[in-house]
Amino acid sequence: MEHLDQLEAESIYILREAYKKLGKLGMLWSIGKDSTVLLWLAKKAFYGHVPFPFIHVDTKRKIPEMIVYRDKIAKELGLDLIVHTNQEAIDAGIGPEAGRLLCCKALKTDGLKQVVHQYGFDGLIVGVRRDEEGSRSKERVFSERKEDDAWDYRNQPPELWDQFKTDFPKGHHIRVHPLLAWNEIDIWEYIRQENIPIIDLYFAKNGKRYRSLGCACCTGQIDSEADTLDKIIEELKTTKTNERAGRKQDQEDSYAMQKLRKEGYM
Amino acid sequence: MNEKQAGLNIVVVGHVDHGKSTVLGRLLYDTGALPSGAVEKVKKIAHDTGKPFEYAYLLDAFEEEQQQGITIDTTQIQFSTKKRDYIIIDAPGHKEFLKNMISGAANAEAALLVVDAHEGVQEQSKRHAYMLSLLGIRKVYVLVNKMDLVGYREEAFRRIAGVLGEFLSTLDVHPLLYLPVSGFCGDNIAEKSRNMPWYKGKSLLDSLDLMEGKTRMGDSALRFPIQDVYKFDDRRIIAGRIEAGHLAAGDRISIYPGGRETTIASIACWQEKDKKTEAFAGESTGIQVQDEFFNQRGEIITRVGDVPPLVSKRFRASIFWMGRQPLKFHKKYKLKLATQEVEAELAAITKIIDAAELTSRKDAEEIRINDVAEVILQLKEEIAFDLFRDFQATGRFVLVDGYDVAGGGIVSAVEEEGSLFSERTMRYIMEHLPLNGELTVVVKDGKVERLERVEKEVFSGIDGEGI
Ligand SMILES: Nc1nc2c(ncn2[C@@H]2O[C@H](COP(=O)(O)OP(=O)(O)OP(=O)(O)O)[C@@H](O)[C@H]2O)c(=O)[nH]1
Ligand SMILES: [Mg+2]
Repeated sequence: MEHLDQLEAESIYILREAYKKLGKLGMLWSIGKDSTVLLWLAKKAFYGHVPFPFIHVDTKRKIPEMIVYRDKIAKELGLDLIVHTNQEAIDAGIGPEAGRLLCCKALKTDGLKQVVHQYGFDGLIVGVRRDEEGSRSKERVFSERKEDDAWDYRNQPPELWDQFKTDFPKGHHIRVHPLLAWNEIDIWEYIRQENIPIIDLYFAKNGKRYRSLGCACCTGQIDSEADTLDKIIEELKTTKTNERAGRKQDQEDSYAMQKLRKEGYM
Repeated sequence: MNEKQAGLNIVVVGHVDHGKSTVLGRLLYDTGALPSGAVEKVKKIAHDTGKPFEYAYLLDAFEEEQQQGITIDTTQIQFSTKKRDYIIIDAPGHKEFLKNMISGAANAEAALLVVDAHEGVQEQSKRHAYMLSLLGIRKVYVLVNKMDLVGYREEAFRRIAGVLGEFLSTLDVHPLLYLPVSGFCGDNIAEKSRNMPWYKGKSLLDSLDLMEGKTRMGDSALRFPIQDVYKFDDRRIIAGRIEAGHLAAGDRISIYPGGRETTIASIACWQEKDKKTEAFAGESTGIQVQDEFFNQRGEIITRVGDVPPLVSKRFRASIFWMGRQPLKFHKKYKLKLATQEVEAELAAITKIIDAAELTSRKDAEEIRINDVAEVILQLKEEIAFDLFRDFQATGRFVLVDGYDVAGGGIVSAVEEEGSLFSERTMRYIMEHLPLNGELTVVVKDGKVERLERVEKEVFSGIDGEGI
């Protein structure tokens, strides 16, 4: 089997397990390349139907093009889209000036918690990948979050032979990670192979492009001439820079992501 | 697209602190496989904490792991050579984290067993080796690490290789290579070391490419466990992943444990471009069938004429236990095998093995954490399965205790007494197995009662009854 076919087959298997075994299921949609690939895989897994809602945690600080693109795609594909904002935190004046980790926690982690509990989700599909950063490299495919949404990473359950964690007490939920085994180049090669529509912020304009998308205040562009899929893939094959180097929250502390993710960050 | 071979998953195992993460960290470092920033980050941490630079931190990403200098959970990293892509799985060596080691090893086809040249073979070196043999991992290299601590002497290497080799052969594990290395100093990792001129073999990097690739299950009998049945539109699609063999539109199929037969009408797809008439092992696919019975998750589809799965309520298995609470008699567990779930109870413990000492206890009352045992399991309902040695994916299972997967195991034999083969299985056994008087089937009321060593005539007699 070709590498991409194998990744696709495994991700579809995971999505189908989540759909069958978890009660109320939703998929986090960040508008970025990974969650767009996830959307595509869901369409394949369920033969054109997507039997769960999409969730976008809007910090109101996203790059404006992202929001325009989100609404356009949601309408075109007829997605059941839940948009949620932690308005209380915004009203309280929380922003990156208060400290990036604090801001991420309030607007993203807490925003996400509010959606999970408001709608009573048992499962959340999230497009994180092992190659993104250290704490994600240690994740399980089905990763339990307790009542307080905490990730007990020091005591993860066994996960073997694709027998995932599908038994858990009420009030807990499972983060489902179908893209864990993919790397950044796989994502782009798959986008090219499947001809998946993707937001054009990733393509270089005037010598700059985004490699990872997030809030406008904390996401930097990289120098690049890559304005086509082929060029992006070529660029990634030779680059030595980290994908998340432009994400300022990661640089706040040596264990920034571990700390954020322990509390429930995606 | 490229001439590369299919990828290979390799797990790195061995006793705590013997240098697994260091060897891997060094391999990544020396081959330039790390993104910029990764090494600087580790240097900064070493500087901030006043500790020496550790290659292991490149893999041990958790703060607790770095503080304690120990791997807690497995990490999977991608690594490529010109020949192929690898997923290398760094497992923890501490006994406390055996469940994490097993989670990592269960995903691997090959293993590197790391032993400290100075400390020699220890308890987890043996226990991990035992787990490799139980999980069916046959491709193993032994790395005798920290050769710098024993003055790079050949006899130190030979002695450890000898002791370990003897132990491994009792497990029927036969390492393909033994390599003397130093993860910390980089000897025989990415390049051949000048410190050990007596060693004539290759570096670890070059040796990896010598390992044989994946063995494909494409030519075997079909095993297609039903994962779900979809009715989103006017199509009724039976979805699942092909675990072995292949299927095609027009194939006659049987669905187990019931054994009903029908024909594959078509293979479903979302987009025109994905349209196909055949699907192979490893693919997540979906089929539409001609006769729409009530199909459900858990059933296993195979082609008529293929070796059918076994069907029974009882089997023998080798299991490993990872639960804090012991596995007990008279308690109900959930058994998950492929996509089937069934209530299971411990019916007998044939023996418990101390995987490190290879001593066994009989007449045990319960199976405790980190024990390996041979048992008989009694299921509430019949399920379809295979022996692990015939079909790995449908011959292995996990046991769930409460909310947690607490044990795993492989099916070693169908238990005779009380077992009920389906009529199809029976017919197959009669037609295909070379029984020549050694083993036969005793039938009562049209059901198989037990297997027995009898003469061949009895057998043809049964056949004549038209079962
Ligand atoms: N001198 C010397 N020290 C080494 C070598 N390899 C590893 N070490 C040291 O041994 C210690 C343990 O190494 P690790 O790589 O963390 O061991 P490990 O096997 O991954 O340990 P666990 O994952 O916790 O089981 C570290 O302090 C390493 O620096 C070696 O080749 N020579
Ligand atoms: Mg380690």
